Amino acid sequence: MTSRIRLAHGGGGRETSEIIENIIKPRFKLKKIFDGIGLEELDDGASIPITEKLHGRHLVVTSDSYTVYPIFFPGGDIGKLAACGSINDLAVMGARPVAMLDTIVVEEGFPLEDFTRILDSFKRVLEEENVALLGGDFKVMPSGKLDRIVISTTGIGIAEKVITDIGLKAGDKILINGGIGEHGAAIMAAQAGLDVESSSLSSDVQPLTRIMQAAIKNGEVHAAKDLTRGGLASALNEFAIKNRVSIYVYEDKIPVKEEVLAYSEMLGVDPLVLACEGRVIVVAPPEDAERIVKIWKGMGFKQAEIIGEVTLERPGYVLLETLAGGIRIIEKPTGEIVPRIC
Amino acid sequence: MSLKNLFLRDKRVALEIASDIKKIAEKIGGEIKIMHVCGTHEHTVTYYGLRSLLPENVKVIAGPGCPVCVVPAKEIDEAIKLAMEGIKVYTYGDMYRVPGSRKSLADAKAEGGEVQVVYSVGDAVKLAKSEKREAVFFSVGFETTAPIPAAYICSRNIPENMTFLVSHRLTVPALKYVLDDPEIPLNGVIAPGHVSAIMGASSWSFVAEEYGIPVVVAGFEPIDFLMAVDIILRQIYRGEAKIINEYTRVVKWEGNLNAKKLMYKAFKAVDGEWRGIGVLPRSVFTLTRDYKIYDARERYDIRVDEVVDFPPPCRCADVILGKAVPTDCPMFLKACTLSRPYGPCMVSSEGTCSIWAKYGGYSVVKRSNG
Repeated sequence: MTSRIRLAHGGGGRETSEIIENIIKPRFKLKKIFDGIGLEELDDGASIPITEKLHGRHLVVTSDSYTVYPIFFPGGDIGKLAACGSINDLAVMGARPVAMLDTIVVEEGFPLEDFTRILDSFKRVLEEENVALLGGDFKVMPSGKLDRIVISTTGIGIAEKVITDIGLKAGDKILINGGIGEHGAAIMAAQAGLDVESSSLSSDVQPLTRIMQAAIKNGEVHAAKDLTRGGLASALNEFAIKNRVSIYVYEDKIPVKEEVLAYSEMLGVDPLVLACEGRVIVVAPPEDAERIVKIWKGMGFKQAEIIGEVTLERPGYVLLETLAGGIRIIEKPTGEIVPRIC
Repeated sequence: MSLKNLFLRDKRVALEIASDIKKIAEKIGGEIKIMHVCGTHEHTVTYYGLRSLLPENVKVIAGPGCPVCVVPAKEIDEAIKLAMEGIKVYTYGDMYRVPGSRKSLADAKAEGGEVQVVYSVGDAVKLAKSEKREAVFFSVGFETTAPIPAAYICSRNIPENMTFLVSHRLTVPALKYVLDDPEIPLNGVIAPGHVSAIMGASSWSFVAEEYGIPVVVAGFEPIDFLMAVDIILRQIYRGEAKIINEYTRVVKWEGNLNAKKLMYKAFKAVDGEWRGIGVLPRSVFTLTRDYKIYDARERYDIRVDEVVDFPPPCRCADVILGKAVPTDCPMFLKACTLSRPYGPCMVSSEGTCSIWAKYGGYSVVKRSNG
């Protein structure tokens, strides 16, 4: 086999089989759900048997595509991101992720070594999370027609009870599991050509299943949302607008690593709008909130914190009590803050 | 207070100063108008919600503090004309999207014009040297940004194919203009820290001496700004008008003598147009005779069509002068937004409209606990 991916590898013939049989398939241990059809069979589709076990539960489905630049960044790569992104969308819906499908499109000439490195990080997350890869697609585009690699993943999860973005009540607390803006700052710095390798700045990309399951088990979760593009500012605004409530947050309670602050001040970006890939905000009644944060801290999320509360002061708005004690509105971010962040 | 407190943005310290401000403002009574003349100060005020900490009778107004907002449409049109004629125009990112009469440099680029965003004049010189093609650096900014191009010009470290479209403007004459306008009665001035680092705190003493208005040179941390307001109010209460330098960690009384020397060697101040405001005496830099060979206007015949500074009803000019706030403009956050800006004040990161739109400055939320 050559060291680079050629157009023929995406042609659907012998070369495609080589990639799938020799490179993709052997990497994944879990390839089906129950006794359904999965990756092993390489059929036209996969199947999930509807058993007693699923009765009364929800099958949660999500899909996302990943175009991050650079594809290898401090703290992760496009493979890890593609696995975590869809797992997290399931996790914040209250689901346990069980299966995934992936579509990978690469540019002709893409180094095979990079391809396997990306697949390995993808696989590692699926293995740790006990998620089966049921199937997928692999294509190659001519050189210059695509910027190296694009991955799309579809995640499938099972939830006892679905958690939505609606359900905020006045008096509820807003909690977060860690520092904001780490993914955004790491990508932004890498794109700007700053030496991020030597700093401690790295993406927070990670699966949120454990964090979410711990919250659900130990409290009444009224709503949850993972922070992605647009960061905390975007997520809080969505909550406030959808629920017609006001959210009041304290800047001095919002966890943010010093290096993230330094980079965002240097590059003139508000950390509140910087993307995260391993952070969630959970809304819960006060007592439950305290308990959940304590448990999260015990799980190693030392920066977990209650950052604010739901009020009825100004429905549709997010208010921030700043580090200087002043109050301002947190706007929904507009425009492209950092391009190709995920 | 230690520097550590300042950088920690200590809420307790800030609230303590705010409560002092409240006490003095109450004793003074009546409306107290304080103007700052720096986009970065407006950023500090809005980003940290400082207006919410001030009593009703203390108004902080943004004055002419956005250098790209005051570059006349004509000069942007000139840059666009050059770019469309195939001359490479290097510009700062902040200027890139500011509309001229009909379009911006960004629009010009989309239409095939030769425009490139650079971080500094040094990058422009480097690129011009390697690309070896006709190139122009659009040199804009207040006194803060003028010394670096001046240093390049004075050292003559500029390739033959490169000239400057000089569009620098000076803040001192702008503030004089505002102080002379009876429509803008002021009780205090917060002088810009960055400009003062170059020009020196002394360049603002005329505010106190000639106009009898307290003036404070301030830094850009929220506590710097609150301190400046407090110092001004204390002066008003005592019936004094002095110049005080709160930003001593950066600003010297005489400023940066080297930078000033280079600046006045390369440039001289002449009467010049400010966007939507008119001609202000000795307020615009032009290259001195020794360096005229670097003047794009000398090398190229740049004639532009009829110029429109602000298509009505844009109130950018009034916002720049502190005669209006963004919410007074009928277009603010309606026909003029961050994603579709109409006037320069919504484009530049130092424009008041853009800062208010980004950080919710259009609505002041008072602390409920007083």
